[in-house]
Amino acid sequence: MATTINQEIDARGSFCPGPLMEMIRAIRESSVGQTVAVLSKDPGSRTDIPAWVAKARHEMVAIEDLDGYTRFVVTKAR
Amino acid sequence: MAAEIVVLGGGVGGVLTANLIARKIPRTAARVRLVDTTGLHVYQPGFLYVATGAVNGGSLARDVRSLLRDDVDLVVDEAVGIDAAAGKIELAREGVVGYDYLVLATGSHLDLDQVPGLRDGAQHFYSLAGAERLREALRTFTGGRLVVGVAGMPYKCPPAPVEFAFLAEDLLRRRGVRAATTIDFLSPLNRAFTIESASRLVEPIFVERGIAMHTFVNIESVDPVARRLTSLEGEEFGYDLAVLVPPHKGADVVVSSGLTGGGQWVPVDRGSLLVEGQANVWALGDATNLPISKAGSTAHFEAPVIAEQIAALVGHRPARPVHSRYEGKVMCFLETGRGKATMMRFDYDHPPNPPRPSRFWHLAKLAFNRAYWFTVPQGRF
Ligand SMILES: Cc1cc2nc3c(=O)[nH]c(=O)nc-3n(C[C@H](O)[C@H](O)[C@H](O)COP(=O)(O)OP(=O)(O)OC[C@H]3O[C@@H](n4cnc5c(N)ncnc54)[C@H](O)[C@@H]3O)c2cc1C
Repeated sequence: MATTINQEIDARGSFCPGPLMEMIRAIRESSVGQTVAVLSKDPGSRTDIPAWVAKARHEMVAIEDLDGYTRFVVTKAR
Repeated sequence: MAAEIVVLGGGVGGVLTANLIARKIPRTAARVRLVDTTGLHVYQPGFLYVATGAVNGGSLARDVRSLLRDDVDLVVDEAVGIDAAAGKIELAREGVVGYDYLVLATGSHLDLDQVPGLRDGAQHFYSLAGAERLREALRTFTGGRLVVGVAGMPYKCPPAPVEFAFLAEDLLRRRGVRAATTIDFLSPLNRAFTIESASRLVEPIFVERGIAMHTFVNIESVDPVARRLTSLEGEEFGYDLAVLVPPHKGADVVVSSGLTGGGQWVPVDRGSLLVEGQANVWALGDATNLPISKAGSTAHFEAPVIAEQIAALVGHRPARPVHSRYEGKVMCFLETGRGKATMMRFDYDHPPNPPRPSRFWHLAKLAFNRAYWFTVPQGRF
């Protein structure tokens, strides 16, 4: 079953640490159970975003490599 | 008819841009007006040294008039509205002022109420009053838990909290209370600060000085009574003295004008610095949304780019290409304590490669702080 995305943020125009900060801001503003997607072109996001999600104990739903960018899908777990 | 050029903000970006425009355009071709709320130009990098007791706060502010060329008019007033469609700004006292070209250099401002408990529970060195209060707190600190961190991104001068941690460590050692003190450095990122190469350089120095770095700590609240910080990531840190960089916001007048599209920072083209959707409004310095350091040196390298474009438009000539594009150039010193510092120079495409900390760069930073008043605002550097 596909996850419902509550908010998708296009951070492809911004580079490190922009996409991570967008993810943090979106998760902060979400309620528990909601899902956020962030699009990033920054190679640093591939390590930064999953590392932050693990530390903050949220759920990394998907990391999708698309056409020249990556889509990170995260559910707020607490 | 002479063109009307208005520069909003009398900080480093505004003063330098106004001076460069006036230098390039004869008075008969344009009137250059700079509007600033206070009429005072404040050298904010000095706040770090006020907090550590090395510099007197009184030396950090000068009359904007004294830094401007004679052919720039100073208007001491607060801009309360911008109507970009009509080419007008509204001043609190003097009313409506029209412009042909507008430059936004309104800076970034502290938002102490964005994080609950921050105002009462933590100290900072991001304003003169804050730095003076912190100096007292450090002077009377007898040991305990010192916590240095960041309560909101983005903030100006990304390495400043790292520098503060090193200089405070020196100070507490000199005062003989270092052995009774633990120092924790809380970073919102997974490294010391935004710039990766410089973070790799300072992280071993943290270890050497006994400063414990904690990563991914985005401060969510401060409990001034229990003296405890809580992070969005779910951690808690007790403290006796917390020094936290407050969250920053854009100038109210810019945000309420709609030019930021609901955010805090003005979206600009990274090369021309033209405000998105505008043909005669530019922004520079801390006010923009560019993903580079909010720093005085950023504004310093951006100002000539805007001055050249406006001079070309007023003079009905093409802008000189190399002088009218910003390449993302920034230059910053970074104090590492024990009388040493390093330096970072970078642009959009080239990350910095900071040299090993040395006495030379520390002395260079001190010399720059003194030379600032006679060089940067006038465009002599
Ligand atoms: C502790 C600290 C250390 C720093 N260290 C360094 C460093 O080592 N190197 C470095 O390069 N940078 C450093 N900086 C950053 C630097 O001070 C800023 O990036 C720089 O001042 C930005 O320039 P600006 O012209 O954009 O804004 P500012 O210098 O902040 O000026 C903005 C001006 O706009 C005016 N204004 C605002 N709203 C209005 C309005 N509505 N109407 C009229 N006027 C208005 C204000 O009065 C102000 O004068 C440091 C900053 C701090 C706080």
